Amino acid sequence: MHYNWHWQVLLEAEPGGTGTYLQYLLVGLSWTLLTAAAAWVIALSVGALVGTLRTTQMKWVVRLGNLYVEIFRNVPLIVQMFLWFFVVPELLPAAIGDWIKQMAPPWAMFWPAVLCLGIFTSVRVAEQVRAGIGSLPRGQRMAAIATGLTSAQAYRFVILPQAFRIILPPLTSETMNIVKNSSVAYTIGLLELAGRAKAMQEFSFRVFEAFTMATVIYLLTNLVVVLLMRLLEKKVRVPGLIAASGPVQAGH
Amino acid sequence: MHYDFDVIERSVGYLFREGMTFTLTLTALAMVGGIFFGTLLAMMRLSRFQWLSIPAGAYVNLMRSVPLVMVIFWFFFLMPYIGAWVTGSKELVRVGAWTSAVVTFTMFEAAYYCEIMRAGIQSIPRGQVWSGYALGLNYWQTMGKIVLPQAFRNMLPVLLTQTIILFQDTSLVYVISATDFFGAAAKVANRDYRLVEMYTFAAVVYFIMSYGLSTLVKQMQDRIAIIR
Repeated sequence: MHYNWHWQVLLEAEPGGTGTYLQYLLVGLSWTLLTAAAAWVIALSVGALVGTLRTTQMKWVVRLGNLYVEIFRNVPLIVQMFLWFFVVPELLPAAIGDWIKQMAPPWAMFWPAVLCLGIFTSVRVAEQVRAGIGSLPRGQRMAAIATGLTSAQAYRFVILPQAFRIILPPLTSETMNIVKNSSVAYTIGLLELAGRAKAMQEFSFRVFEAFTMATVIYLLTNLVVVLLMRLLEKKVRVPGLIAASGPVQAGH
Repeated sequence: MHYDFDVIERSVGYLFREGMTFTLTLTALAMVGGIFFGTLLAMMRLSRFQWLSIPAGAYVNLMRSVPLVMVIFWFFFLMPYIGAWVTGSKELVRVGAWTSAVVTFTMFEAAYYCEIMRAGIQSIPRGQVWSGYALGLNYWQTMGKIVLPQAFRNMLPVLLTQTIILFQDTSLVYVISATDFFGAAAKVANRDYRLVEMYTFAAVVYFIMSYGLSTLVKQMQDRIAIIR
């Protein structure tokens, strides 16, 4: 079979009148990055908090943390996306729900997507943080307490600074995952990169030009993420510690 | 807002007979195919022949760097061309969402299973391979009778965890309008305009199944842990 490539399509105007298809895709990339970055802020802060709390001695807090992790780990991302977009505004008090639904178009999809991705990823971050803390020798915590630090201080000055450095490699792959997973936001109508590639295919009928371009942009983005995280890893590495990548894990 | 949970009762037969059957069959086929091709890919990646290890590595890294949504689109639009190429026909071959989904998830998951199997194979001490060769076994016999059975056993919990993720990820066939469990729920939700009820129900069903399966995997993990 033969496919006639027509790469010039990238320089043709898209029907929305915002410029060429190439510009159209690049705006999509900026939405992808914005969504991923905002979600990453939520994922990292909530994930670090939940992961840390799950290593404490407080039974009920640990149980609540486990519940949180199990709920958001066992529901598919697209289902969670639909819950945040279609269901949550209906369950909130009418005034707030209406306010959410009446937001200007990209934002009405952007915020649910960010919340969804952020919380979805926070669960995975929490697991990493917990594993990182668990991998530290017990003596570190004991020594910290013995020097007169409170439990909170022990976490702040001894345990967490080490744990975060240990889990940096798995966090790199989570950063890549959050960029990739942001493509699911296209299903609720957020026109990020994957959504715009699909739209471009529908407008121009140039299937493979649109998908090749989007795929190449995703690959380049991944490359940049990996390089940046490597720099960070090098910068914060604890001398003498071998940064083990840890056991292999299932992923998507 | 008033809720109508009868819609679940009315559609539950359709959801499970059509939707869940699709989801589970797709999961099972993609798991079997994915582990098969994944193991082959892992053996290629670990090969000392670069013409095997480099293409396998490139394939795995490519699949792992592209969003699943894009991969689903790619295969959906590529399949008619691949079909025509395989059958040698001049016309594009019609390929349905089902076939496309099976091929997509098999090929996509193969990359993830590959990394798991690679770690599994690498976890076997070198001496095992050498003893195999010393006994006069060839590569395939050493792999098939000594290395892979142990690698599978070591990696079984991770392979199953990956399968639970696969089970969840099959819901993304929504983007090619296939009627898996979630697709069926979405269709009923839109037909009867019962979004809240249907999407909540879908989430609960996915939760119960994934949570149940992962609890089983955890129990098994404790039971089959290898005593060294």
